[in-house]
Amino acid sequence: MSMANPHLKFASQAVAKPYFVFALILFLGQVLFGLIMGLQYVIGDFLFPIIPFNVARMVHTNLLIVWLLFGFMGAAYYLIPEEADRELHSPRLAIILFWVFAAAGVLTILGYLLVPYAGLARLTHNELLPTMGREFLEQPTITKMGIVLVCLGFLYNIGMTLLKGRKTTVSMVMMTGLIGLAVFFLFSFYNPGNLARDKFYWWWVVHLWVEGVWELIMGAMLAFVLIKITGVDREVVEKWLYVIIAMALITGIIGTGHHFFWIGASEVWLWVGSIFSAMEPLPFLAMVIFAFSTVKNRRRQHPNRAATLWAKGTTVTAFFGAGVWGFLHTLAPVNFYTHGSQLTAAHGHLAFYGAYAMIVMTLISYAMPRLRGLGEAADERSQTLEIWGFWMMTLSMVMITLFLTAAGVVQVYLQRWQPDGIALPFMATVEHLQVMFWARLGAGVGFFAGLLCYLFSFKQRGRAALRAPAAVVPS
Amino acid sequence: MSETFTKGMARNIYFGGSIFFFLIFLALTYHTEQTFPKRSNEAQLTQSVIRGKTVWEQNNCIGCHTLLGEGAYFAPELGNVFQRRGGEDGFKPFLQAWMKMQPLGVPGRRAMPQFKLSDQEVDDIAEFLKWSSKINTNGWPPNKEG
Repeated sequence: MSMANPHLKFASQAVAKPYFVFALILFLGQVLFGLIMGLQYVIGDFLFPIIPFNVARMVHTNLLIVWLLFGFMGAAYYLIPEEADRELHSPRLAIILFWVFAAAGVLTILGYLLVPYAGLARLTHNELLPTMGREFLEQPTITKMGIVLVCLGFLYNIGMTLLKGRKTTVSMVMMTGLIGLAVFFLFSFYNPGNLARDKFYWWWVVHLWVEGVWELIMGAMLAFVLIKITGVDREVVEKWLYVIIAMALITGIIGTGHHFFWIGASEVWLWVGSIFSAMEPLPFLAMVIFAFSTVKNRRRQHPNRAATLWAKGTTVTAFFGAGVWGFLHTLAPVNFYTHGSQLTAAHGHLAFYGAYAMIVMTLISYAMPRLRGLGEAADERSQTLEIWGFWMMTLSMVMITLFLTAAGVVQVYLQRWQPDGIALPFMATVEHLQVMFWARLGAGVGFFAGLLCYLFSFKQRGRAALRAPAAVVPS
Repeated sequence: MSETFTKGMARNIYFGGSIFFFLIFLALTYHTEQTFPKRSNEAQLTQSVIRGKTVWEQNNCIGCHTLLGEGAYFAPELGNVFQRRGGEDGFKPFLQAWMKMQPLGVPGRRAMPQFKLSDQEVDDIAEFLKWSSKINTNGWPPNKEG
């Protein structure tokens, strides 16, 4: 930050860069462990016992959560100063928290890989406040406390920036979403001995994140990028944003009930959860209409066509992944047969990629050329590479979803639909799904290739900038 | 969007709607809390069951299995394994033997690690899974294969 970057409105926005870079490194790790699991699905004892499936899965899902958190934080450090129209309260704190979070993240992942999980629980004194061993919340309690501290420091930093600066709808919605993220994470410390109650409040973290406050974060990031790349009137964009997040919370909060069908909670959730979650595709549909109409009514032709593609692409993929694929199995009579099958995995993959991986890459696509001092956009050749990466990753994820959906349908028929005596046991059922799992692995390799293509596009940008540094300065 | 529908109206729907439905969610949660003791047979939630839950958690069983349909989808559902593998008389001896046999070592087959649990720990897991199998799950799973 010693040299002024002419492409940033405020110099302190530069703290976003290490967050984005580290997020993408973790993303690469996530996909590598995804490939390991894809192989374990077809060759059951692959890498056993060095990396058992449960370890690979824990690394895969935890890397996802952490890289998205890095992406959200980077996004906030980039857009909050610009929206608040002032420098970040403390760039130094942002950098310190980056290193704390990165170190905690790396240590936790190494702990998963190098120590048996029970040993990690002993080592970190899980017995003092047992929170480990629940899906997605596998982190040692000390790591969870570290996450809370990092979040508090982060919220303080952007909160002070916001308090002292201009308050726009985009920044207030972003802030609300991030506060909600921190607040609902606190439920990860509540681990009652009654399994039914444990599961019920576990969803207060997981569902109220991804189908609640994270949609606020996604909406705010999308609105920010659309304002920047289309020049459309802020009033119009902010009205849309309110409509989207209103629909998200009105359907999504009680929509949590679609997870309460079969875990011991009251049967009122069968009706309530079905009705409200059936409406959960609406905010995602609104996002599609919002993105496409805003780009159509644009007041300027932005040179970053890759960012425009990401902004449109994330809404469409989220609509299909979270909206349509969620609706497919959200009604209680359907979910009775599909709950916890490969259909759940199909939905999870397209939803997380479409809504959250892609919105982070949308913001990275818009902000990174500026953060790197290249200007509004990377050169044509690297944008073309980035767009190749977009299509390879997105189409591969669609294929993964379709193959897992096929596997899920066959699994439900063989294992769930048939009566006792005819229904196949789980281990016999998976034998019949091998073809779909091989095809899914192939699509996973395609995704990996797309990710490499995407990452390679950054290298090209650097080289292009060195070649023609003067090209970005207008005369 | 039309001019008659203003940003202020959209904002009011957002604030009013989210607060209203969050309060309903809290009310439904209160109702659910009242039903947990009976639906989960809380009276039978012994110290052994609670210890078993801790063993379950500290060995990351959820990383491969599902329990009441939640978890990974790599290994069998265990919410009803008590009924599937021996029930009242047979389940405990089955689980003791089964845990000692791991890994089975069949080439190419999905493998469960050897967790080196004590007999007491396996007994506690058995109690935990037995208790879990009696939770009122609105009739899920559809059959005994889980």
